[in-house]
Amino acid sequence: MQVKGEYKPLIVAFCCNWCSYAGADLAGNNRLNYPDNVKIIKVPCSCRVNPMFVLRAFQRGADGVILCGCHPGDCHYTSGNYYTRRRMALLFSMLNYLGIEKERTRVEWVSAAEGAKFAATMNEFTEAVAALGENKRLEDLRCKK
Amino acid sequence: MQRIGVFVCWCGSNIAGTVDVQAVSEALKNEPGVVFSTNYQYMCSQAGQDIIKNAIKEHKLTGMVVCSCSPRMHEATFRKTAAAAGLNSYMVEIANIREQCSWVHKDMQIGTEKAIILGKAAIAKVNLNAPLVPGESPVTKRALVIGGGIAGIQTALDIAEAGFPVDIVETKPTIGGKMAQLDKTFPTLDCAACILTPKMVDVAQNENIRIFSYSEVTEVKGFVGNFDVKIKKKARYVKEDVCTGCGLCTEKCPQKKVPNEFNLGMDNRRAIYIPFAQAVPKVATIDPNACNMLKNGKCGVCAKVCAAGAIDYKQQDEIIEEKYGAIVAATGFNPISMDKFDEYAYNQSKDVITSLEFERLTNAAGPSAGKLIRPSDGKHPHTIVFVQCVGSRCAACAEKGKEYCSKICCMYTAKHAMLTRDKYPDTEVYVFYIDVRTPGKNFDEFYRRAVEEYGVHYIKGMVGKVAPEGDKLMVQASDLLANKQLHIAADLVVLAAAIEPDKSARPLATMLTASMDTNDFFTEAHPKLRPVESPTAGIFLSGACQGPKDIPETVSQASAAAAKVIGLLCKDKLTGNPCVAHSNELMCNGCSSCERVCPYGAITYIDKEFRMPDRTTRVRRVASVNPAVCQGCGACTVACPSGAMDLNGFASKQIMAEVDAICK
Amino acid sequence: MQKVTGELLINKALELLDNGTVNRVLGWKRGEFAYDMTPAVFADAEELKNNFVFNDFCGANFSKYLIAETRKEGKVLVFLKPCDSYSFNQLLTEHRFDREKVYAVGIPCEGMVDISKVKKAAGDGILDIVCENDGLVVKTLYDTDKVIDCKEVLAERCVSCKSRKCVAYDELLGENGDVLDSSRFDEVEKLEKMTEDERYAFWQNELSRCIRCNACRDVCPACTCEKCVFDNPDSGVENKAVSDSFEEKMFHIIRAFHVAGRCTDCGECSRVCPQHIPLHLLNRKFIKDINEFYGDYQAGAEVGSRAPLVNYTVDDLEPSEAVQKGDADNA
Repeated sequence: MQVKGEYKPLIVAFCCNWCSYAGADLAGNNRLNYPDNVKIIKVPCSCRVNPMFVLRAFQRGADGVILCGCHPGDCHYTSGNYYTRRRMALLFSMLNYLGIEKERTRVEWVSAAEGAKFAATMNEFTEAVAALGENKRLEDLRCKK
Repeated sequence: MQRIGVFVCWCGSNIAGTVDVQAVSEALKNEPGVVFSTNYQYMCSQAGQDIIKNAIKEHKLTGMVVCSCSPRMHEATFRKTAAAAGLNSYMVEIANIREQCSWVHKDMQIGTEKAIILGKAAIAKVNLNAPLVPGESPVTKRALVIGGGIAGIQTALDIAEAGFPVDIVETKPTIGGKMAQLDKTFPTLDCAACILTPKMVDVAQNENIRIFSYSEVTEVKGFVGNFDVKIKKKARYVKEDVCTGCGLCTEKCPQKKVPNEFNLGMDNRRAIYIPFAQAVPKVATIDPNACNMLKNGKCGVCAKVCAAGAIDYKQQDEIIEEKYGAIVAATGFNPISMDKFDEYAYNQSKDVITSLEFERLTNAAGPSAGKLIRPSDGKHPHTIVFVQCVGSRCAACAEKGKEYCSKICCMYTAKHAMLTRDKYPDTEVYVFYIDVRTPGKNFDEFYRRAVEEYGVHYIKGMVGKVAPEGDKLMVQASDLLANKQLHIAADLVVLAAAIEPDKSARPLATMLTASMDTNDFFTEAHPKLRPVESPTAGIFLSGACQGPKDIPETVSQASAAAAKVIGLLCKDKLTGNPCVAHSNELMCNGCSSCERVCPYGAITYIDKEFRMPDRTTRVRRVASVNPAVCQGCGACTVACPSGAMDLNGFASKQIMAEVDAICK
Repeated sequence: MQKVTGELLINKALELLDNGTVNRVLGWKRGEFAYDMTPAVFADAEELKNNFVFNDFCGANFSKYLIAETRKEGKVLVFLKPCDSYSFNQLLTEHRFDREKVYAVGIPCEGMVDISKVKKAAGDGILDIVCENDGLVVKTLYDTDKVIDCKEVLAERCVSCKSRKCVAYDELLGENGDVLDSSRFDEVEKLEKMTEDERYAFWQNELSRCIRCNACRDVCPACTCEKCVFDNPDSGVENKAVSDSFEEKMFHIIRAFHVAGRCTDCGECSRVCPQHIPLHLLNRKFIKDINEFYGDYQAGAEVGSRAPLVNYTVDDLEPSEAVQKGDADNA
């Protein structure tokens, strides 16, 4: 946990309703700490996450965006997370190509039983993003130096 | 503008311990749209729910946010509360300030700040919510079972017993499937015909069941509860309702040299035939490729001998259209072709046979009347080699075999070996295996008996080569445990061929918009929790079309599928989940991207007429979502480049608003 | 230096108009300047004889025009260069026009020239340009005529041409070429080899020049939405022209993502950009990634193929692996 007043990165976490959101609930049930700057948005399936949502979060000041879904093969809708995997592979690769640090984006598969993994992932991801500092790049991409 | 009520729950000290609930309800009071905000010890209690109900009425709320435990706990509760007070249930959003806030943070200030942000995000979303009403669709109380093997028979019988009409469509002239070809069944060794044929008779006599044999499904339209199906009844040139099944025609037909597919070509049938004595329906069928009358008009013997006058050379294929509420796929399996396995000399020697051919050879109704003989010379074989896993578990040879385990071969080979030793103790029996897999009830005991009581030689290792030499088959194999090569001069070699889904399954899956795996087995809606349903609503899976299975497993799955069908047909109306996708036709390009990612086949295309500003009309192809089929995953919304596709309850705008509220 | 002449195309068009196969022709006509060839629809023979041109400046890809053209009465004749034929197929895959209402004539292309390169070579004040054999004769205000070798001034997209094969046509003029082993990803690779900071500096420099004229979107044969997502009030991203808006900042990323797997790499976006932003480098990054992650895929190579973003395999690579793979600097 951060000390008050210190720089805290803002993390937006999109969690699918069936696995990862339940995984986050389990982390809560087991009182497993993770940073308060992680804010969860519930989506029915990770495949509901439009790249525009990710970009919007960055544009509005998020420092890191993480998508969590059911493990490949376990999607409640059978194939949603497979599409997520392709979409985000291409999007994140593109963002990195534009010079956005790759540590700011992540996809993690978290099942409803993996409360500990959820908390650990959020701790680790927040730490990695915090090390990079504030995300200014996507905001400034179209600005002259 | 919405009129939103905010209800912050203490959950005793669960929330209030680390979140200043008073501060949260105060802070959220000033959010856009909020007209009322309060907090209470237990919102889910009767008293808490009364606070909500009163506020809805008193403040004429159009939406509400409950800051409480996870929506997985009490979303349904609060939706009911809202509905009871006259507020649409889908105008309720939950801010999860327990599992995702008070329980994971220890500091009161941090917890309170986060709870406020989560509340704001939920309020931002509710501001964009719209009342949703679940759609209803009627249910046609009739089921279609595609495939008339033991799986289809069991499913149909169970559904019919529950009082619903069922139609079975079977491509062959008779139902019965693979089980009808078997001799004895493991692990009890009762005869297949003795347990199957009574069931076939039950099917024939059940008033709720219609059998469309020698027929196939050609078109499926519609959706769960409301399928429109076209069935092609192929011309069998015999009037089904007139034929008595006396079989006289099949004795008099002069065309005697047609390979008998029921005996896998090991003997011949006539051009007009009844596949086997207990066939259901017991009606003759003329094979148009073999019948001289149909080919060149020269014969007509069967018509002359038929006392009932059932022969009709002019019969045409008939298309039957019927409505169904549920469809069960029970298309079964086939052994794979042995053509590519040159090492086993299957195509060189008549005495190299598959296990299914072995079944026919030992079956009392088979080509040798149950006497175990060599197909080449009719002599009794003294040395038999069984080869397991021919084409199964064959990852390295994907072009000729299958990667998966065919599951049934270990057991039927043990059965064959045991029966051979039992009937012909003078015969040496060798079984070559990679592993012996016997995980069923009484299965391992059965296999142990074959080894210990019947003296079958089980050898761990694979056969490398079978070479015909004189009247012997020289088998070269490895014994992995003894680490040596073996040479056996065998009289008969039996190959446990891998099994694969029937070829008709793939086109059927396309018609049903049901998904398949890479091996063409139907995929289930959930591999553990919904094993007999296809992801496509209203489509159910029975038997080996879903994966290799033995008879007991097939029958239990068949009954499970029937239970699911009965559960569906019992309903008069289906209530849908209103959180489904919908397409804005004005913006849709008709590009098909959404259709391609939909796992349920819920999206179709229609040509729709649009009025243009200049008063002309234009017809455009646009996507149309069937709300009864859509499950609301949202895959289509992202595939759609123009944003024409959106999801009720999780609209792009709503999620964007949540993002904005969090990132503010 | 084109292998087929304008005359040949005119004769073909006249023949097809005459025998009633088509009732109009989609072609190029000379614009205000000698290098300014604009798409036009010709309905009668006279007009065709007088104004139809085909030369080294006819870069415009007509396939997108077919969406509007096929809504009209009768059949339209379209000339498709190899590049254009890929877009043609891709649009058919997406059901964007009625194939029955088009008569497509495939024509070979030797590459089109880039006017800015010509200007650089010939200087300002160009009065006229005549295409002769393998060169351009440039008349300017100040100098005597200059002869420029076409190969020296080829457009970037033609230097790294991916295919000289027409993949869709009813009839072919001249001989069909082959799919080429092109060097089109070299530039992308160069960027991948840079550090994150260098890449960011590169793109900031390029994208900050964008004036949001929408020319790239308007010309792109993959951008054929009835209404663009940025004009859709329900998308949550629609904005009025505000310099700090989401649309303003993310336009190019989102546009590139929306055409990913559907972009045929025709290069029209870069051709029409008045600010000379190398937009094709965004599209090519997606194409290169798709090829590397999911196997080679060329949008428009055949009708009905399943685009990689509406497809999957169970053992696709993970996004984290993808980012590593696409980042040569860190690989």
